[in-house]
Amino acid sequence: MILLFLSSGLFLGWSLGANDAANVFGTAVATRMVRFQTAAIVSSVFIVIGAVVAGGGTTATLGDLGAVNALGGSFMVALAAALAVMWMTRAGLPVSVSQAIIGGIIGWNLFTGTRTDVASLVKIISSWVACPLLAAGFAALLYLAARTVVARARIHLLELDAGTRYFLIAAGAFGAFALGANNIANVMGVFVPAFPMKSLSLFGAFQVTHAQILFFVGGLAIAVGVFTYSQRVMMTVGKSLFKLNPVTALVVVLAESLVLFLFASEGLENWLIGHGLPPIPLVPVSSSQAVIGAVIGIALVKGGRGVKLAVLGRVAGGWVATPAIATLVAFLGLFFLQNVFGVVVRRPVPFELTPPAVQRIAGQGAWDPALGRLSGIRFRNAGEFSAALSKEADLGARRLEAVFEASEIDSFVIDPPGTWELDASVLTAGQIDAVRSLVRTSYRHKWQLHEALAGASNEWAPVPDTRANHLRKKAFASELRYVFDLFRVELDSR
Amino acid sequence: MKSLFAKTKFLESRIEKYLDHTSEVAMLFREAMKDYLEGRDEEFEARRRQVTDLEKQADEIRLEVERQLYLETLIPESRGDVLGILEHTDEVITAAKTTLMLLSVQRPNIPESMRADYRELAEYGCRAVQELVMGIRAYFRTAASVRDHVHKVVFWEGEADTVAERLKRKIFSSDLELARKLHLGDFVVHVDTLADGAEDVGERLSISAIKRSV
Repeated sequence: MILLFLSSGLFLGWSLGANDAANVFGTAVATRMVRFQTAAIVSSVFIVIGAVVAGGGTTATLGDLGAVNALGGSFMVALAAALAVMWMTRAGLPVSVSQAIIGGIIGWNLFTGTRTDVASLVKIISSWVACPLLAAGFAALLYLAARTVVARARIHLLELDAGTRYFLIAAGAFGAFALGANNIANVMGVFVPAFPMKSLSLFGAFQVTHAQILFFVGGLAIAVGVFTYSQRVMMTVGKSLFKLNPVTALVVVLAESLVLFLFASEGLENWLIGHGLPPIPLVPVSSSQAVIGAVIGIALVKGGRGVKLAVLGRVAGGWVATPAIATLVAFLGLFFLQNVFGVVVRRPVPFELTPPAVQRIAGQGAWDPALGRLSGIRFRNAGEFSAALSKEADLGARRLEAVFEASEIDSFVIDPPGTWELDASVLTAGQIDAVRSLVRTSYRHKWQLHEALAGASNEWAPVPDTRANHLRKKAFASELRYVFDLFRVELDSR
Repeated sequence: MKSLFAKTKFLESRIEKYLDHTSEVAMLFREAMKDYLEGRDEEFEARRRQVTDLEKQADEIRLEVERQLYLETLIPESRGDVLGILEHTDEVITAAKTTLMLLSVQRPNIPESMRADYRELAEYGCRAVQELVMGIRAYFRTAASVRDHVHKVVFWEGEADTVAERLKRKIFSSDLELARKLHLGDFVVHVDTLADGAEDVGERLSISAIKRSV
């Protein structure tokens, strides 16, 4: 049954492999600098490695935008994205799987009444714009460097050819790694919050999280796409779209790979934060648009001739059309899945101003007396709650955030069997002891469980929200999420 | 990695060998012309045979290079240009061989007053080919400097054309019988083919060098 739900994600993975591998090795294979078999093997291996090792960052961003919390919902979101991609591809329009998935997630948010995190959405959309621009910049710089090196180094044409081949393979490996790391979120990201599997211990030495298991499976689907369909796409992309010589093709691949890596690398993010620099958001971006940006960057360095503004216009149009179509398809698809086939597409997340919630909101200075009229009323989802709140008072963003956080209803029971399943590779000993000290207690709000844990041990104390704490906050949020997922029980119906 | 670089090194050395042969043929041609004009028949025939051998070796090298480039799918972007340059350079070598063979067979009787002109014509042809060879070597490493060499090839070809015209006018305004005039005029054309051939390859080389720019 799980495999059935995963099928739409696997199909997305296959189409990603079939289409996007061409952005990495297309020109190299089409110009016969690299054999297809070599390209396919290198792509597959490094896509899987990139997905498993570095796929978490972009996946977390998708989760921030909208955490699809039921497998049926994940299935339809991925299917909506796949259908949008297929439809636009058939229509000959440029399409990005990354942008389609965002549309699908927004569609799920709209259908389930979940709030779309505007900050995440802005971050994602600005990354779409930044992606081709950055690629153009990198390509221009790399091209100038390559031109200087080739001119000054007096390398023999045959040696340049041999060196370029090896660099194309190396750049292709890097590009495949970056593609796996950046785009695996498109394939499996929507399944991560809903996937019921726990972590696995490999050979007693390595812990593999459930997300990494999903990324591995998704990576395999991408690899199958590379082997079964990408050769034709590589020959098309490599020959007809780009008239590049091998050195310029190498520059394009490197620029595209760098951009995808930048938008996926948690290591780089950590380094930037550690040095007091603003981090680059970890967002799945379009490899095709990165390639277009890179080619244009080189064209501009060469004098700007041959830059087709119409191509740029179509790319920008895709930023709107792709997510819009995917949103619509997701919304309609979820409706049918839930109401016609009776599939659970969401776990309900109701909201209620319970007495403890009211106390918490008041303690944070966010309370408005007008909200008293809503106390004790259960709202089915964030959409209904938001509508009711806005009728009673104009709270402003900060207070609204506090009200939502305090009012979200969940259900946790710290049961004895669960306390013995606590994973020592995820939580510290002190954290585990704190959880065990709360055995047989129950909670209706996440913050209540968190407060209880913090009361039991300093290791559960909230992490101050500063840039220096960015890494610790991410890890802490992950630890909390682990405890919530382990002890969550079905909500009692009211 | 070592294997591909080893193959490219080997091919590089074969192309260098081919260019060496081309250069040597041009110099041998010039010296053979001097030997013929000064009546040193034995030395002439020896040099003629050397040119024939070098032409044959150059052919073999060229075919070997062509085969390797296609077999290993090397330099796919530039392969056509490189092979075109080598094939047309082969025509220059063949022209030298053919001219010396015709000299050996037909034994034209060149008047004393015209020998310096024939020598000068052969000299300019040789210089044009030398510059061409340097231009081809430059093409493989610094495409930007090909232009300088091609410019010189064109210059020497122009000088050769000037001498050829002067020599033809001298021949046909002389008192020699018509048959002899035609025979001598024919050999002006043959000797001039070296410079003409070099200029043709030079034009092709120029365009290939422009295409090579990154």
